[in-house]
Amino acid sequence: MNIKEILTGQEQDKLFLLGNEAAVRGALESGVSVATTYPGTPSSEIGNVLSVLAQDAGMYFEFSINEKVALEVAAAAAASGLRSFTFMKHVGVNVASDSLMSVAYTSVQGGMVILTADDPSMFSSQNEQDNRHYARLANIPLLEASSPQEVKDLMKYAYELSEEFQLPVILRTTTRVSHMRGVVELGPLAESKNKGHFEKDPHRFVPVPVTARIMHKNLVDKMDKIGVLSNNSSLNPIYNNNGNIGIVTSGSAFNYVMDVVEENDLPVNILKVTFSYPFPEKRVYEFLENVERVLVVEEVDPIMEKEIMAVVGKHQLKKTVHGKLDGTLPMIYEYNPDIIIQGLGKMMGVEIAAIKAAKTSFELPKRPPTLCPGCPHRAAYFEVKKAAENLKLNDLIFPTDIGCYTLGIESPYEVADYLLSMGSSIGTSCGFSKATDQTVVSFIGDSTFFHAGIPPLINAVHNKNKFVLVILDNRTTAMTGGQPHPGLPVDGMGLEAPELSIPDIVRASGVEFVEIINPLNVHKSSEIFEKALQFDKVAVVISQYPCMLIKTREEKGKNIILDVQDDKCTKCNTCIMELACPAIYTRDDGKIRIDPLMCRRCNVCVQTCPEKAIRAKRIDKAGEEG
Amino acid sequence: MHPYQIYISGVGGQGIIKTSVIMGEAAMKKNLPVVVGEIHGMSQRGGEVSTQMKIGTSHSPLIEESNADLILAFEPLEALRGVNMVNKDTHVVMNTAPIYPFNISQSEHSYPDSSTILNELQSHAKKVIAMDADEMAKKAGHILSMNMVMLGGAVAVTGFPLDKESIIKSMYDNLPERSIPINLKAFEEGFKFCMENL
Repeated sequence: MNIKEILTGQEQDKLFLLGNEAAVRGALESGVSVATTYPGTPSSEIGNVLSVLAQDAGMYFEFSINEKVALEVAAAAAASGLRSFTFMKHVGVNVASDSLMSVAYTSVQGGMVILTADDPSMFSSQNEQDNRHYARLANIPLLEASSPQEVKDLMKYAYELSEEFQLPVILRTTTRVSHMRGVVELGPLAESKNKGHFEKDPHRFVPVPVTARIMHKNLVDKMDKIGVLSNNSSLNPIYNNNGNIGIVTSGSAFNYVMDVVEENDLPVNILKVTFSYPFPEKRVYEFLENVERVLVVEEVDPIMEKEIMAVVGKHQLKKTVHGKLDGTLPMIYEYNPDIIIQGLGKMMGVEIAAIKAAKTSFELPKRPPTLCPGCPHRAAYFEVKKAAENLKLNDLIFPTDIGCYTLGIESPYEVADYLLSMGSSIGTSCGFSKATDQTVVSFIGDSTFFHAGIPPLINAVHNKNKFVLVILDNRTTAMTGGQPHPGLPVDGMGLEAPELSIPDIVRASGVEFVEIINPLNVHKSSEIFEKALQFDKVAVVISQYPCMLIKTREEKGKNIILDVQDDKCTKCNTCIMELACPAIYTRDDGKIRIDPLMCRRCNVCVQTCPEKAIRAKRIDKAGEEG
Repeated sequence: MHPYQIYISGVGGQGIIKTSVIMGEAAMKKNLPVVVGEIHGMSQRGGEVSTQMKIGTSHSPLIEESNADLILAFEPLEALRGVNMVNKDTHVVMNTAPIYPFNISQSEHSYPDSSTILNELQSHAKKVIAMDADEMAKKAGHILSMNMVMLGGAVAVTGFPLDKESIIKSMYDNLPERSIPINLKAFEEGFKFCMENL
């Protein structure tokens, strides 16, 4: 499939789409005019696709500097009567939450949808928070999708709901829905408006105490009305299998439940909750009437389980509620069909499927992700550690941040000691430098620096901290797939854009020590790190070299390979143990070799080999070394 | 229709997602229900990757343990890591070219040798077809066509629900035009090897 078919596909066409791609089609079928995001897995592909399609679709799309700004751009567009779409990973909503709470009060004019992509089991996140709580915190409607088709269809419904009640609507996916690929039948595209018009109404749009009190009352009244809808919604269907056991489930968990119940032909009734907030209490009450016991299957927190217990308590029903709280199902992590088989079996007192999974007779080595061959971060890590070693500093703290460079946690780098969230490397460095006498060296990426690194840097200077900040500027948002950021001369739609200078921002923040290095120049960089470590205020070293994943696309057919000279190599293993580049390996006969296909010729191993045994060698064609 | 369940495993960057998209679109065009569960993000930096796929009626792409009909393993260690998906009727098509974990020299557990991997898998599965797909891809014209060698192998397996022609058509829809000759050659190599070794 060509990605453009998401835009050019006709009504009733079928495409094989990721949940995230289906969200884009849903936006196009809803006539969205403005879409915003900050990239974050598992939501990233939504932005990647929109950045390709937005211009042709006649809509505006941006990679915002962070999620709070993304939500604010979308809120203003919706206040101006346009349909707007903002999407982010679950922890991104934390960043956006300050304004999210208020937009629930101020309401919207055009429809506004906030898609949160949660990450149960943390495939690529620092936590597995359940963002269904945000719908309750802000008191706005919540829809939960189970499949790519549903993601698309719910986008359309969310805009209708949002506009009818003038409230933003949250659409929640999880990794298994965002990254599930399935057949999606398309609907008709809708026209998006070019420009809206903002009708002033301070009583509606400016929440100060006197207006906010009225706004809150209006919000509660609206949500009461929406509660009637969720109770009667066809989005919350009951699958009656004439059982006395019921399952209430939502999102990805619904898929596992259906597969297990259908596969094993179990007499279990199922209530699928898609329109999940305001919680459909009445629908649940009706469902409970026909069952004796109910199992609640949801990811991640026991939210519906407690809601259902409240229904049972309120009506003094003699029903038992099973789920996470009584240990029938695991409290944390994502579910799968095997977990449902076990939990349901425990509850029914039967063994549903008795197959014992095969196991290996020995333990397998793990395969942790690592920095790519030629990654400039590897060189920067090596140089910082070398500089500290030269200065005989041995008590260092390495606060780190969110990005590929978090992989510095692994041996042999071990340069990730503390991490909270986007931008926390700098804020926590302020704390460590005040709270301890240890040497603090902090790492942050370029995109993360723009996202949340600037205010804490100003804080660091103003409050007279002493630490070294290394800005690993690889000219892209690498971990999420290479999206642009304000330090690049291109915007989210691929158009030319002003390129902001990180060194200028750092200097303007009051930092007196600002040095730029090319990390692939090992000795010079190490010297600069030594100077930075000896500076008695905040010292910033900007390590500039493009991500190898971009670089590789640009350079082609360089007829050079890096080659280990066996007569010079003493097998000291410095390259293996200290650089740990995936391209360098020990052959069965003990000789060290560099894989010419993986090697990106960064030359860092050439410079760091104590015996000077690695050299760059010109070859004729795709010549192979033995 | 009881779904045909495929567990595809390997290392980030080996072209696993592309392979599953080619199969999935081919299924869709045959009007077969199909779902795929992919892994994106952090796992792509040289970590282990698995994609799960069901062709036939199903809600979730996740396969219950011991329930895979086919294991398509792009790397031998990752083939073995998927042994919990194998049963006595499972076919395993495996690339024998190892990719060592970057930290293997410091790892508590060593990389198992190839005969150990084969024996372990063989003891649980119906049939293990092992081929050096890296080498076959290089012979076809480019190492990056390794995933198409594997795809060819999958199509040859008894019970695989899609015919060769529909897969080839889907390759044309999903691969860059100029790469088609090499990829087709790679695909045919994998197909032929599996047919002869089933």
